[in-house]
Amino acid sequence: MNTSTLSIEQKKMVEKRKMTGSEAVLQSLLEEGVETIFGYPGGAIMPIYDELYKFQDRLTHMLTRHEQGAAHAAQGFARVSGRTGVCFATSGPGATNLITGIADAQIDSTPIVCITGQVPSHLLGTDAFQETDVIGISMPVTKWNYQVTKPEEIPWAIARAFYIANSGRPGPVLIDITKDAQFGEMEYSYKKCEKIRSYHPYPILKEDKVAEAAALINEAKKPFLLIGQGVLISGAQEELKTFMEKTGIPAASTLMGLSAVPVDHPQYVGYLGMHGNYGPNIKTNECDLLIAVGMRFDDRVTGDLNKYAKQAKVIHIEIDPAEIDKNVKTDVAINADAKAALHGLIPLVEQRQHTDWIAEFKACDEKETEKVITNELFPTTDEIKMGEVIRLLSEKSEGKAIVVTDVGQHQMVTSRYYEFKDTRTNVTSGGLGTMGFALPAALGAKTGQPDKQVVAVIGDGGFQMTIQELATIFQYQIGVKVLILNNNFLGMVRQWQQLFFDKRYSSTELVNPDFQLIAQGYGIACNKVEARDDLSGAMDDFLNHEGPYLLEVVVEKEENVFPMVPSGASVSEIRLS
Amino acid sequence: MSNLIYSESSDEQQIKDYTLSVLTEDKSGLLNHITIIFTRRKINIVSLNVSVTEVPGLSRFSIVITSTRDQAEKVVKQIRKLIDVLGAFVYEDDEIYYQEIALYKVPTDIFLNGNTIENLVRNSGARILVIEKDHIVIEKTGHKEETHRLYKELEPYGLLEFVRSGRVAISKSKRKTEAFIKELEETRSNQLSIKDY
Ligand SMILES: Cc1ncc(C[n+]2csc(CCOP(=O)(O)OP(=O)(O)O)c2C)c(N)n1
Repeated sequence: MNTSTLSIEQKKMVEKRKMTGSEAVLQSLLEEGVETIFGYPGGAIMPIYDELYKFQDRLTHMLTRHEQGAAHAAQGFARVSGRTGVCFATSGPGATNLITGIADAQIDSTPIVCITGQVPSHLLGTDAFQETDVIGISMPVTKWNYQVTKPEEIPWAIARAFYIANSGRPGPVLIDITKDAQFGEMEYSYKKCEKIRSYHPYPILKEDKVAEAAALINEAKKPFLLIGQGVLISGAQEELKTFMEKTGIPAASTLMGLSAVPVDHPQYVGYLGMHGNYGPNIKTNECDLLIAVGMRFDDRVTGDLNKYAKQAKVIHIEIDPAEIDKNVKTDVAINADAKAALHGLIPLVEQRQHTDWIAEFKACDEKETEKVITNELFPTTDEIKMGEVIRLLSEKSEGKAIVVTDVGQHQMVTSRYYEFKDTRTNVTSGGLGTMGFALPAALGAKTGQPDKQVVAVIGDGGFQMTIQELATIFQYQIGVKVLILNNNFLGMVRQWQQLFFDKRYSSTELVNPDFQLIAQGYGIACNKVEARDDLSGAMDDFLNHEGPYLLEVVVEKEENVFPMVPSGASVSEIRLS
Repeated sequence: MSNLIYSESSDEQQIKDYTLSVLTEDKSGLLNHITIIFTRRKINIVSLNVSVTEVPGLSRFSIVITSTRDQAEKVVKQIRKLIDVLGAFVYEDDEIYYQEIALYKVPTDIFLNGNTIENLVRNSGARILVIEKDHIVIEKTGHKEETHRLYKELEPYGLLEFVRSGRVAISKSKRKTEAFIKELEETRSNQLSIKDY
């Protein structure tokens, strides 16, 4: 720019807008409303960390103890707030440590933006120190990724990253920035991205499809509504409720859809899938119309596809066209945002009640209660059952806590027995099933919703996968409640070994460290419960404590989670024992 | 039965060649992005060609795969999900005009023994590209069967080298790329199928 004709004042403004790539990164994050970043520094991202020092009043950086933790924390933050989570990592090992979290965010449609440092551009491709091809590695697990080698590209890349991450079907985005681009100078200006020629995140609702769907709904004798996470992502909870109450249709939720409808809603009939409730699984093969909203017919939900809802017509409301007809062939597909689709459907559907049909689900509930639930919630043996711990947690937190689960039996038990009342309160690794997810995701969730009670429910195995994040919780005094259900086993794997591998418990028994000592080492208040009589009081202390707290409950060693649809079996073959 | 998964119905299961035409922004790394979609599903790419289009900044990939219709369509849906992809279509052979180019390097002396070879070249619609002291390069465009036929015919004479390009294809529909892009904007969808258009 020719500056010779400018006044001194104007010159100053121009100079003010000159900045380094590092400053541009942080400035751009501010433009996107970012307040918190989770991350871990290193050589290739040091210029950005150095700049952070100046932004301390505007940006909080939380130093996790592993980059995987940073990615999961960003996910937890995003899942409870609906906003995009952000994490930083250095090149090479820092970037590869993010990959599990990125893959997890991809399959669970969670918006996160990951920024990694990269070796200087003149060293790219030379096997330089701490160089990895993170663009190549993350390609299959990101919604979009981009390598920045010039400072001028930074505002553009970040604006695009946020737009892509949190529009349409959300997902993770990665921007890799070479060190020279972080150091280099540029003229800064920021413009939010609102449009990309080749990307159309919100399809236009096709009215003819909506009308066709409404006609099927109005005709159906035994319609059945399946709720997925798409309802939460599009913020369609109110529309869903109106739709449900007008049509009188019974509704069940997938693992990821939990908390979209309060569990105590009279038309809510339970949780679907491998360890879901008996009724919704069995009735899938008895309904005459399936209405799937924002869910993707994952194999954990459908079991054997050749025996899945063959008798039913199928309506699929889904924003991602690649999911339509991928697993289950539809009769009417509405490729749209769930909120828009339900909004369009509501005036066209008739006011109905399906009392007898809902009663059929209730009959299944009675059977499940008799065969499974009573025994779980009111055990007659001495050992504490996971179900009773979760039900107590549910009662004492009035179903209003944000519950972050890890992966295993405790996850399935929590999904079954926690009575979610508030929306966006179920945070779990559904698609990837990542052990080690819960502890960092919970600290991210608490950061995203500081006024909510956040409880992480974790098995003794998964806890040890990212146990180091206790240090992050300690350093920033994040008031997360950590509930360890300790069965001294990799419980879920042991269950399969028991049922399908002749009880050959190959490498699933855990000899655990003293979790109480560990919590104390991190300066986190803690307690351990081994007897049922102590549970209630301990749960009160746990929930009422100000600040972080670790409660370890020793549970039955060889408990199994039922019902269960064995892998590859039909949903009709759900086992109660 | 309404919701058969595709793989069950027999005509969907028939395996043959499909040409995928993918219209993209001209961005580095995109080739990798597209090919891993096939790798992940263990689909072998028979041939691949990338070129510019009549619209500046846009590239077209022509990809031939041998698969079922269902598989080809699912792959196309995944390709469309890539941020820099504007559109992707599945074509059967009768919906497109397509060609490949083949080059054959043969020793010059085989031309010295009468005009058998020269006739062969002329009758197969090939042409001589270069003549050097010790070798001659013949060029032929056509469908794979045609270029393969000439290969077979030249083989006995001591073919030195042979190479064939990927298929380039252009649809039989009278659509114009620019109009297609406009349509994308209006329908806000990169899911337009060739039938919609
Ligand atoms: C990173 C990772 N490794 C392995 C697995 C396989 N896996 C699924 S559940 C499970 C056992 C979990 O044990 P624990 O954390 O103690 O929970 P529990 O099932 O006993 O409640 C394992 C090993 C996984 N899901 N994630």
